[in-house]
Amino acid sequence: MFMIFGYPSALLFGQLLLGLINGAFYALLSLGLAIIFGMLNIVNFAHGALFMLGAFVAWGLLEFLGVPYWWSLLLAPVIVGAFGIILEKIFIARLYKLDHLYGLLLTFGLALIIEGLARNQFGSSGMPFAIPSQLQGATDLGFMYMPNYRGWVVLASASMCLMVWLIIEKTSLGANLRAATENPALVQSFGINVPRMITLTYAAGVALAAFAGVLAAPIYSVNPGMGSSFIITVFAVVVIGGMGSIAGSIVTGFGLGVIEGLTKVFYPQGSSTVIFVVMVIVLLTRPAGLFGRGGH
Amino acid sequence: MPDAAMLTVAGLNAWYGESHILHGVDFEVRAGEVVTLLGRNGAGKTTTMKSIMGLVGRRAGSIRYNGAEITSLRPDQIGRRGIALCPEERGIFASLDVTENLMLPPKIADGGLDLPTIYTLFPNLKERAKSQGTKLSGGEQQMLAIARILRTGAKLLLLDEPTEGLAPVIVQQIGKMIREIKQRGFTVLLVEQNFHFAATVADRHYVMEHGKVIDMIPNSEISGSMDKLHDYLGV
Repeated sequence: MFMIFGYPSALLFGQLLLGLINGAFYALLSLGLAIIFGMLNIVNFAHGALFMLGAFVAWGLLEFLGVPYWWSLLLAPVIVGAFGIILEKIFIARLYKLDHLYGLLLTFGLALIIEGLARNQFGSSGMPFAIPSQLQGATDLGFMYMPNYRGWVVLASASMCLMVWLIIEKTSLGANLRAATENPALVQSFGINVPRMITLTYAAGVALAAFAGVLAAPIYSVNPGMGSSFIITVFAVVVIGGMGSIAGSIVTGFGLGVIEGLTKVFYPQGSSTVIFVVMVIVLLTRPAGLFGRGGH
Repeated sequence: MPDAAMLTVAGLNAWYGESHILHGVDFEVRAGEVVTLLGRNGAGKTTTMKSIMGLVGRRAGSIRYNGAEITSLRPDQIGRRGIALCPEERGIFASLDVTENLMLPPKIADGGLDLPTIYTLFPNLKERAKSQGTKLSGGEQQMLAIARILRTGAKLLLLDEPTEGLAPVIVQQIGKMIREIKQRGFTVLLVEQNFHFAATVADRHYVMEHGKVIDMIPNSEISGSMDKLHDYLGV
C-alpha cells in the first residue's frame, strides 16, 4: 500500500469507486429527468419511485417467476416503461398547457402513492437481491480490489448513457426529438405524431430509471425508500448540469459522484452536503446550469 | 378536372383563447395555382394559414382538401395529406444542423424534389450543410425553410411572408424560386404584405380585412386595381 496526499491509496481509490458508482446512478437518473423535462416540460418527481419500482419488478420477476437478473435488466425497463405510458396518458397529458407547478405536484403525488403502496405491501426493511453468479467476487487491479459487480454497474451505466446520447445527438430519431423539444407544433405539421412521441419519451425516461433500479438492486437492498434517498441529490445534479441538457446530465452525474466520493476521504463531514454546496455556487454564477442553454 | 379546387375554405371561424380572429373566411385554391392572401397586419392571414394546418385551438366552418373535409384532423394528419407550412418565423431548429433541418420532415408521398435538385436550387444549403440551422443568414434560413417542405412530396405549400425582412436581391431570388416550383407542379398559398412582390408570382389575390376575405383580384387585373389595393392595404 502507498500513500497519496497522506492518505492510504486503497482508501482513496475505494472512495473513488464508490463515488463512480453513485455517479453512475446520478447520471442515469438525471439523464431520464433531462429527456422528460426537455420534451414534456414536466419535472418528474415520480422518477425516484419509478427507479424503486424497477428494482421491485426485478425482485418480483426473480422471486415469483424465476426470471434471472440479466433478463430483468431488459424486462423491468419495458414493464415500468409501459406503466409510464399509462401514467402519461391518464394523468400527465392533461397538464401540458398548465403551469409547471401542476406537473410537479402531480408527479410528487404519484411518487408518494407508489412508495406508499410498496411500503404497505413489503414493509420498509427491504429484501436482499443476490449478485448474479457471473459477477460475484472481486478483481485485483494492482492498486486495489474491485468488486466485479460494482465495476459492471459503472460500465453498464456509462454504456447506456453513451448510447442514449448517440441516439439523441446523432440519429434522425434524435433530430425529431430535438426539433419537437423546440417547436412541437411545427414538427407535428410536418406529419410527425408528436403526442405519441411525447408519450414514448416519457416511457423511455422512466425506463432509464427502471434500468438504474435493476442495477441498484444487488447493491442496496430492494426497499420502498431506495428512490427517495437518491432523488433529492439527483435533482441537485440536474440543476447543476442545466435543466434539459443531455450531455450535461451525464457528465455532471458522474462528476458529482466522484466529487462526493473524494470529499469522503478529504473532509468526511462535508460529504453529504458537498453536492448542495456546488449547486449553490453554480446557481450564483451560472443560473442556467453548467451546460444549460439559458432560460426559455 | 383542371379547374377543380384543391383547397376550399368556407365560412372559416377561428379563435385564440377568447379572441375571435376569423369571422367566416371564404376562398379557394386550384391545383397548380399560386394564390396570395393580402391584407394589413392583424387581418387574419397567418391565422388562416395556421387554421388550415390545424394549429389553431378552436375552429368552425369548412376546410376541404382534394374534396375531403380536414377541419377536424390533427396537424400531423393534415401534413400527411400533403399540405406543408413554412411559418412566418421560419421555424429553423437551433439544435439541428442544416442537413438535419432539411431532412427532418418525413417523406409523405412521391413527387417531392430529390436532394440534388434541391441543392441546385439552393446551392448555399450544400455549402453550409454542417452549420447550426440558426447560424445561417435570414435569406438562407428562409431558403432552408422552403427547401425542406419541397422534399416531402407535399403538394400544397403554405408560405407565410417568405420575403419579410429580407434584402431586395434575396426577395428577387425567392420570387424566382416560387415561379420555379410552380412550374414543377406545386400549388402555393402565399401570405404577403408586399403586393408588388405578390404581383410577380401569383395568379390571383385574395384581400383580407378584419378576419374576412373582402375581395378577389386576378393578377391580370392588378394594374387596373391599384387604387383599390392601396385603399385596402393602407399603403
